[in-house]
Amino acid sequence: MWKFILQLTSFRNFYRFSGRLLPWLGGITLVLFAIGLYWSLVVAPIDYQQKDSYRIIYIHVPAAWMSMFVYIVMAVSGAIHLIWKTKLSVVIANACAPIGATFTFLALVTGAIWGQPTWGTWWVWDARLTSELILLFLYIGYMSLYSAIEDRATAARAAAILAIVGVVNIPIIHYSVDWWFTLHQSASISVSKGSSLHPSMYWPLMIMATAYKFYFVTVLLQRTRNEILERDQNANWVQEMEKQL
Amino acid sequence: MSLSDFFNMGGYAFHVWTSYGLSFVLMLLLVLLPIKRKKQLLRSIRKAILRRSQT
Repeated sequence: MWKFILQLTSFRNFYRFSGRLLPWLGGITLVLFAIGLYWSLVVAPIDYQQKDSYRIIYIHVPAAWMSMFVYIVMAVSGAIHLIWKTKLSVVIANACAPIGATFTFLALVTGAIWGQPTWGTWWVWDARLTSELILLFLYIGYMSLYSAIEDRATAARAAAILAIVGVVNIPIIHYSVDWWFTLHQSASISVSKGSSLHPSMYWPLMIMATAYKFYFVTVLLQRTRNEILERDQNANWVQEMEKQL
Repeated sequence: MSLSDFFNMGGYAFHVWTSYGLSFVLMLLLVLLPIKRKKQLLRSIRKAILRRSQT
């Protein structure tokens, strides 16, 4: 097992392995989205208070969950790079940033569109919304810092440190609705307390959340493979692979 | 439920479809841009190989 993982950290092996995985991941993502969207928009019942506007939950909550999950993947990759100096972890962390920024942006915008009819306002400076906005700035900060430093090794180290320091924001986002009085409602679903959502609304949300996870791994591999190709374009294995085509 | 009911979303058509539409567009871009980038990369790698084999 360890030997297999260690071998995967080489660019060549990772490129080959992920190339075989990608069509499957893409396929599973599409199937999950087809089921999840049909369930969310057609099958799931109307909410008695919010009517159909509540259906935004099926894309808002998965985007918000992923915005935090991707950040943790990015910070852990950064930490692994700082400890073991692995090149692959830098590439993965770099691939995470634009994807995580997109999820964060979508969580903020779908939240604003949902807030307008539900709260009567697009935006309030409450703790949940503000800390999620800070998350967006952390992603943007990671990307600008990395591209601002000329030397690749220094850039990777500086960006990794930024990512790790920014992790403090993740528990703040998560607990903001409990720690402060916020307009944003508290969690409907938690690991310890279970779900307060009715099963007819809970299950489509779970399918959509799983679809978002698979989607993330798919686009993460796409970006990771591209940067591997770019960094190793003069390496023998890339040259050999291309000559065979 | 009729098709027009579905698109109307109980009067929340703007909210629901703007959210879903924007998510769809951005998440599709996140798939398509790397595909385009990969094609670019492979093209430039192939060119470099050709150049080297000619000299």
